[in-house]
Amino acid sequence: MLNLKRIPTGALLGLFFTALFLFAAIFAPLIAPYSMSQIVGDVWGPISAEHLLGTDSLGRDLLSRMIYGARTTIFIAALATALSFSLGAILGFMAAVVGGLFDMVVSRFVDLLMSIPTLIFGLVVLSVLPSTIVTLILVMGILSSTRVYRLARAVAVDVNAMDFVEVAKLRGEGTRWIIFREILPNALSPLVSELGLRFIFSVLFLSALSFLGLGVQPPEADWGGMVKENKDGIVFGIPAALIPAAAIAALAISVNLVADWVLTRTTSLKGGRD
Amino acid sequence: MGSPVLRLVAQRIALGILLLFAVSVLIFAGTQILPGDVAQSILGQSATPEALANLRKELGLNDPAIVRYFSWLGHLLTGDLGTALTTRQEISATLLPRLWKTLFLASWAAIVSIPLAIVLGLLAVRHRNGPIDKMISGFALASTSLPEFFIGYLLIYFFAVKLQWLPAISTVYDSMPFLDKLKAIVLPATTLVLVVLAHMMRMTRAAILNVMQSAYIETAELKGLSAFRIICKHAFPNAFAPIVVVVMLNLAFLVVGVVVVEVIFVYPGMGQYMVDHVAKRDVPVVQAAGLIFAAVYIGLNIVADIAAILSNPRLRHPK
Repeated sequence: MLNLKRIPTGALLGLFFTALFLFAAIFAPLIAPYSMSQIVGDVWGPISAEHLLGTDSLGRDLLSRMIYGARTTIFIAALATALSFSLGAILGFMAAVVGGLFDMVVSRFVDLLMSIPTLIFGLVVLSVLPSTIVTLILVMGILSSTRVYRLARAVAVDVNAMDFVEVAKLRGEGTRWIIFREILPNALSPLVSELGLRFIFSVLFLSALSFLGLGVQPPEADWGGMVKENKDGIVFGIPAALIPAAAIAALAISVNLVADWVLTRTTSLKGGRD
Repeated sequence: MGSPVLRLVAQRIALGILLLFAVSVLIFAGTQILPGDVAQSILGQSATPEALANLRKELGLNDPAIVRYFSWLGHLLTGDLGTALTTRQEISATLLPRLWKTLFLASWAAIVSIPLAIVLGLLAVRHRNGPIDKMISGFALASTSLPEFFIGYLLIYFFAVKLQWLPAISTVYDSMPFLDKLKAIVLPATTLVLVVLAHMMRMTRAAILNVMQSAYIETAELKGLSAFRIICKHAFPNAFAPIVVVVMLNLAFLVVGVVVVEVIFVYPGMGQYMVDHVAKRDVPVVQAAGLIFAAVYIGLNIVADIAAILSNPRLRHPK
């Protein structure tokens, strides 16, 4: 079973920070010292006992905003990841099991989507769609699902050729059974480590969009948006914008460390078979 | 050069052109999916029906989408990118100078990052599993998780604000002396280099390590050649094709990463132009800029494939 001592330091650090960010996101109203939009001090006030991270461009408490920002960032990124996974994995498995025309049409469409840089296509779509949270989740989830699709299809093609799938097919099971009961359990471990990477992608993509002013709109704020709000302070030597930027980096690195560990763990459990 | 190589290259280019057309359809369709239409989103919810009707007529929105697509494509192919909705100016007049500025920035980042990545990749293989290798992979892991603006503002904070060595805002204009231009783009180019360097380095390392496992490398080792000579003379030429592919893919990534970096440093390139007009919902500008970005990206991908074909001796000498 899972032995705490056998987890490498990197993964332990990753787990700790991921848990910390998750805790902040879930219990934001309980632990934040001030409200998100309340003006409590001077513009860009320094770090002090009352304001542990100082105040932002409007004089709001930066620590409280960071805690609420964790909520927005993680919530949207997690939903986008969930969407990209369900969409990508189901379509990928179906393409592998059904094959034929369905496989060809979906695969070529995915090739086409992947031939356009994600950020550029996101910008094109967001130029006509309103920047609501639902739109953001849909755009990010769909664009990110292309990569899940490729991985899921590749894995499922392998599993689909195995004897037990053949047996299930001869037994007369339907496509739905084959996908969820035969292929999914056997394709899970490569998909799980991809989950971490997709989550990081979503966090970075959302932050980039919000930083460009096209993601989460004020008065709501995520970390990327907070970098944007405070970026003008940088030239005056006020590092407020660096704090949310560093938080994004820390979240991405910790999830990366955990995903890396899960990947080596699951592959070594299987004797390095895949 | 045998005919199979030419045929493969021609095939790849034809495929690329086909892909480009498909992408233009997708980019056009991507702006047609909103529930209202462009006129509605420009004028807002409170627009009068007369104003809406006028604008729709002016933009040609009364034609079916397929007619509008072909007229857009036709103009595009003759070099006419249309007029911007917000400024009423020719898009190409503003876009093209900005495109050159973007390419100027991206190519300097490429000139620095490619040799650096290859040398560091070779070093990592030479000292495999040693401290240098571990440091390089740690750095690679970190840099794939760092957002561009974290690196960018960190550089501005230390080098422009604290040390005051370099400007925080990268203003570049045409009549500027070349050296001043270079000085202005040091920070944005460094940011881009740091963004792509790690990935390129890691892939170089992987490509060479892959070759290092072949039998002829073992022979070279048994002959008593030095590790440096084995890597440079025996492993590198055979790892060349995958390295070229990695380099090209990263260049394609550079062209996209440039969007965020331009906004950070207020650099007057195409990325910033596109982002500004997304916020203003100026659809023709966004379509034109998006298509150019996609074209550069696809073009570099084709070059990567062609380089891989050309550097493969098995294809050069038909059986």
